[in-house]
Amino acid sequence: MTDIPFDQAGAVDAVAPPRRDIGIQRRYRAERRFRLYGLIAIGIGIFFLAALLFTVVRGGYTAFWQTSINLAVSFDPDVIDADGKRDSDPNVLATANYPLLARNALATKLGIDVDAEGNRAELRLLSGMISQGVRTQLRDMVLADPSIIGTTQNVWVLAAADVDSAHKGQIDLSVPESRRKVKDKQVGWMKTLTADGTMIERFNRGLFTFGASSRPETAGMGVALIGSLYMMLIVLVLALPIGVAASIYLEEFAPKNRWTDLIEVNINNLAAVPSIVFGLLGLAVFVNFAGLPRSASLVGGLVLTLMTLPTIIIATRAALKAVPPSIRSGALGIGASRMQTVFHHVLPLAAPGILTGTIIGLAQALGETAPLLLIGMVAFVADYPATPLDPATALPVQIYMWANEAERAFVERTSGAIIILLLFLAAMNLAAILLRRRFERRW
Amino acid sequence: MSVSWVLAIILVIGVVAFMVARLRAARLEPQAGVKQHSLPGYHGSYALILAIFPAIIFFGIWKATSPVYIDSAVWRSLPEQVRSASDANRSLTMGTIYTIGDGMRRLTPAELDQVRSGQADLKALFASRGVALASSGEAYMIPAAENYRSMSDSSSLWSAVGAILLSLAGAWLGLSGITLRRRARNNVERVMLWGLIAASTVAILTTVGIVLSMLFQTLTFFQSVPLSNFFFGTVWDPRFAAAGSGGATGQFGLIPLLAGTLYIALVAMLFAVPVGLFAAIYMSEYASRKVRSVVKPVLELLAGIPTIVYGIFALVTVGPLLRDISAALSGGQPFIMAQSVLTAGLVMGIMLIPFVSSLSDDIISSVPRSLHDGSLGLGATRSETVRNVILPAALPGIVGALLLTASRAIGETMIVVLAAGVAAKLTLNPGEAMTTITVKIVNQLTGDLEFTSPQTLVAFALGITLFVITLGMNVLALYIVRKYREQYE
Repeated sequence: MTDIPFDQAGAVDAVAPPRRDIGIQRRYRAERRFRLYGLIAIGIGIFFLAALLFTVVRGGYTAFWQTSINLAVSFDPDVIDADGKRDSDPNVLATANYPLLARNALATKLGIDVDAEGNRAELRLLSGMISQGVRTQLRDMVLADPSIIGTTQNVWVLAAADVDSAHKGQIDLSVPESRRKVKDKQVGWMKTLTADGTMIERFNRGLFTFGASSRPETAGMGVALIGSLYMMLIVLVLALPIGVAASIYLEEFAPKNRWTDLIEVNINNLAAVPSIVFGLLGLAVFVNFAGLPRSASLVGGLVLTLMTLPTIIIATRAALKAVPPSIRSGALGIGASRMQTVFHHVLPLAAPGILTGTIIGLAQALGETAPLLLIGMVAFVADYPATPLDPATALPVQIYMWANEAERAFVERTSGAIIILLLFLAAMNLAAILLRRRFERRW
Repeated sequence: MSVSWVLAIILVIGVVAFMVARLRAARLEPQAGVKQHSLPGYHGSYALILAIFPAIIFFGIWKATSPVYIDSAVWRSLPEQVRSASDANRSLTMGTIYTIGDGMRRLTPAELDQVRSGQADLKALFASRGVALASSGEAYMIPAAENYRSMSDSSSLWSAVGAILLSLAGAWLGLSGITLRRRARNNVERVMLWGLIAASTVAILTTVGIVLSMLFQTLTFFQSVPLSNFFFGTVWDPRFAAAGSGGATGQFGLIPLLAGTLYIALVAMLFAVPVGLFAAIYMSEYASRKVRSVVKPVLELLAGIPTIVYGIFALVTVGPLLRDISAALSGGQPFIMAQSVLTAGLVMGIMLIPFVSSLSDDIISSVPRSLHDGSLGLGATRSETVRNVILPAALPGIVGALLLTASRAIGETMIVVLAAGVAAKLTLNPGEAMTTITVKIVNQLTGDLEFTSPQTLVAFALGITLFVITLGMNVLALYIVRKYREQYE
């Protein structure tokens, strides 16, 4: 700016001096570009989150409905107990040919003659429409109340998995008949049954109650839910007290020395150790050394406890730190011991923070899969575990197992199970947020 | 008497002692000039502690050590020629003796006499009682089994009696000395403090447990496979653990697994670091408070999704999509497999975005405001401020954060199990499948386990390698972050 003559009187009509080019245009362009990169980055993150949730929901919401057929099953004594020996031999009722009853009921419904020789192939196709699970379903009905033999009952039976997929429109029916599992005849029957309201999609209660099964329509996550519940209880019972006690010691009592420093570094490191390493620890220590059973939810719970501990400790220490020193001074000043100060005054004030941290730790533990694979929770468990020592699976492990199945109906169930898992996690996190909102105190 | 009964009795004694002691302390005669030292509840708790803890500790130690003692005693009582057999036979022999001993409880006296006189067919007899014998059993095992049975019976009897007596003695001690000046609170608080200390050592014990458990198995593994074959081998082909094949083992080369692990982690970081870093910069520098309060939790949702869900996303959606896109681009033959380094890396990258962004966000916002304002005041644009002032100042912290993220990428399991493939190959093509350390740990440990075969033990060698790598990165990262924080505090 030195070229502006300072003493010139008529400065007004002087030509405006040329601006020094400091590249402002270029710099602003760079600024806009930079800002755009940031926006794109956030967009990418949100896009993938949306894509993930969208694909899961799109693939999985149908799993909550299952195609069922309403059949008037006549419990024909000639089929169940042809020799009339059911009073003397309890095995008769347990081993009777129940699928035949369901098939006959379906045949009657569709007006197909069961006894005609030429209908063999059709009858086989008919059997293929009904889930094999009908055997246990009808058997349990008869065993619970043998007097229904000889009567006709209205029963909702599950359709076979392929029929279910076809009914939901997941099977491409334009493929030549020989290359798909659902034949044209079955499609025709499906249309008939759907038209008169016999075949409808009902809420899939079995998804929540059934155990493991190789047939998709009778596979559920009942065992996994119980297993996960056991594990969460074990984690809560062990990790919460130990974590809180450890944090209280480190935050309120520990002298500052090498030992406590070591503990602190240790906890921070444990929080970053890969989860699979905890699985190896569980396998070597709890299963191989201590001799606890494999696949048991007790072992899973112990492993998850060790994994969750650092999370809870870190959260608890933050909550304890947030309680102002004046509370402690006040309590000590009126004669409380240090222990009384902590347990009567500091801990209750830190409780909401501790609880929030615990819930978040539990949510992490609920979604954890890798260590559970190593301690043998990848197991085909059909019966509910009665105690934490019985074989069980867990929610995420169940998802993993279904993901390895090839059938179309398992793909749907995998996504359905993911939806359930995510709903659980969302509920837990929501609870944590609400707790924080409700009880958080600013000092 | 079963363990749970003993524990229940001890607990009942403790609770009774607690209530009696509290009552007694509350009814103490007041004396002039003497203040009661502890509240009645502390007297009660002290009696409870005295009644329960020594008894349970005694019981636990007895239960842990007595099997070892009984085992050696029974072993010493066996004939010389049996004892001279190999170590492997020892566990088999002892196992049979224990089964016979436990099974004898289910026999009738007449059958017992038969067994003692050596006339009974042990295997058939025991099978009829639901006890499966591994071998047919031999004559010398009968007295040993009886010996074992009587010893374990008397052991459990004496441990129960001892524990209950100890508990009663503790309760009596707690109840007997209740006076106004008894310092019950101090004693109770001392025990509580020890409890707190014990809880805080669980973290240390976990680390020690991790290291020791993996170390032992790894050492056993290296007895059958030389160190150099593991660390420098380029072929991974463990074969199956066939029963009794003993020496016929496969090749356990770490290199292809390590290469796959690092390659996938690299792809993930290449995706996650720019995205996460730019997202963090945008949120701390440009976004309004309102946008920030929405976008930040939404991005953090990504961190809350379990890794198995990412794995399925990769397997079902991303992998096939990449394959189809590459097939369309090349006109037929896909150059990206459904299971590939790229698929696994990309999805892992998505998972890592929130880690990078929230860690970087913390670090960027801990750069002093004055540096930021000073730069803007000198006329720099925001992006110039970020590039020339904030990032250089935050660099060490960001490097630490990236190390933490990378260690997470290396240790990630479920995504690679589902999306990376199982073939241990050495390749530079990101479109092909590679495998990782974590995948092989899972592969080797699902199914039947044999803690003597290298096929199982190699998983622990892989695990300790993984542990050492991630531990090194974590320690370094924590050190850098700590050091950097101190710089500005």
